[in-house]
Amino acid sequence: MLKLDNIQAGYGPVKVLQGVSFEARAGEVLCLMGRNGAGKTTTMKAIMGLLPLDSGQITLGDVTTSTLPPHEVPKQGIGYVPQGRRLFGGLTVAENIDVGLMTRGKGKKTREFVLDLFPRLRERLNQRSETLSGGEQQMLATARALCLEPSVLLLDEPTEGLQPSMIQLIRDTVDKMRDAGVAVVLVEQRVEAVLDMADQVVFIENGFSRETMTPDALRRDGALLKKYVGI
Amino acid sequence: MEFGPHLLLAVIEGSVGAAVLALTALGLSLVFGVMRVVNVAHGEFYMLGAVIAWYVATFLGAHPAVGFVGALILAPALVAVIAMLVDWLALKRVGYDPEATIVATIGFGYIFQQLTLMGFGPEARPVDPPFNSRIALPWFEFGENGLEFYFPWGLSVTSYKLFVIGAAAVLLIGFWLMLSRSKIGLVMRATELDRETAQAFGIPVDRVYAIVFGLGAGLAALAAVLIVPIQQAHYLMGHDPLLLSFIVVIIGGLGSIRGTIVAALLIGLSDGIISVFFSPTLAKIIATLLVAFVLVFRPQGLYGKKAA
Repeated sequence: MLKLDNIQAGYGPVKVLQGVSFEARAGEVLCLMGRNGAGKTTTMKAIMGLLPLDSGQITLGDVTTSTLPPHEVPKQGIGYVPQGRRLFGGLTVAENIDVGLMTRGKGKKTREFVLDLFPRLRERLNQRSETLSGGEQQMLATARALCLEPSVLLLDEPTEGLQPSMIQLIRDTVDKMRDAGVAVVLVEQRVEAVLDMADQVVFIENGFSRETMTPDALRRDGALLKKYVGI
Repeated sequence: MEFGPHLLLAVIEGSVGAAVLALTALGLSLVFGVMRVVNVAHGEFYMLGAVIAWYVATFLGAHPAVGFVGALILAPALVAVIAMLVDWLALKRVGYDPEATIVATIGFGYIFQQLTLMGFGPEARPVDPPFNSRIALPWFEFGENGLEFYFPWGLSVTSYKLFVIGAAAVLLIGFWLMLSRSKIGLVMRATELDRETAQAFGIPVDRVYAIVFGLGAGLAALAAVLIVPIQQAHYLMGHDPLLLSFIVVIIGGLGSIRGTIVAALLIGLSDGIISVFFSPTLAKIIATLLVAFVLVFRPQGLYGKKAA
């Protein structure tokens, strides 16, 4: 479904990604793991077209998304929950959701779906998103991405800094998306969460994708975690 | 004339200036807020609005109202198109870099000024107001029979000046509604808050920037069309509006629409009142001193957000 073929990208003269390849399949959760600065977030930005590729290509089905202008990438059905949520802080909850709905021209039905998924947001529709709690902000960031009715959902450290009940809510949402046939690409630092949720794990080191394996294989070979994540 | 009626007259003159200044400064504030571009050519877009208004009114001839309405539609539209061309030719190509865009807009400002001098000439040229009847204003005093109203000699205002105040108020309300209630307003606000995330949600940021730059220049041109029947069109007329707009935007808070309108009222009214009672030069000195105080004691302006 979403295929990265030896992509290279960076910020100006700094090359961050030097050869990342993987394929995220429909109805599966692919977790990206690696140390800080390995290139996980940069990979997510490259998928969204926010960083131009130096070489390689990204395809979604038959569409080569890496040649599209950045604003056309989400319209292909790629929803993005950035690291740190990146909500439009000065906008209300309802307006943040409206921005998500506008992306692919979705309407009332999708809006009701995401508000049913996160009922807490329904109570806060007219509240400025910067005044929400961390957990509520994560709900909103996820809801905003789901407003695209995505076929691919990118989640960059969605459980960072959240309390356990919120982490469970995010994990339940990921499970629901997988069951709905969405390809989920997840950047996650918590090993137990990765082992529970992932169908594939891709290790990224110094801008290269090194190993791709199943959680079961990872359980059997703990040395890999030590090698790539330092745990 | 006594002090009271004299003050009323000064407040009305100040309100006309404040109304036009609010529109002009709003354009500058919008461009800075959304694009982070300090548009030094803003005053020349204002001047172009007035000059194009003169050409349109002269070309259409007939009744002054026909020429004025034509100018009110065509001048802001043409100036907006010119501004969008500037965005495409220069600002986009320098990646909206803050320093490079200042230099680029200074350059375009001079180009517009000199082209106007070559084509329009150095004369100041008037545009006839669509209507201009004189309305006597009442004043009151407490006499032997209590409160008495009368019409002091010289206390009057033209209907056109009242129209300028009303039209600017309607335009400002319309602009606020557009920004806060419409889809394009939501897109502009989202782009202002986070350009990268806006792109990740399908917002074509380059196109939004072009529209915002055109809209900002169009607002300046609209203000100029409203004022040109009172002040005349001249190729150097952009300097004062640019200076006053910067003053307003700094006092109000960079990028704050509410701050811009409040500061425009403050500066416009004080400019009008001080100009009537003392001198226009003193009014400008006081406004500039006010900016210095704001920069020292409240650098983010009245309604601006403190830098993190």
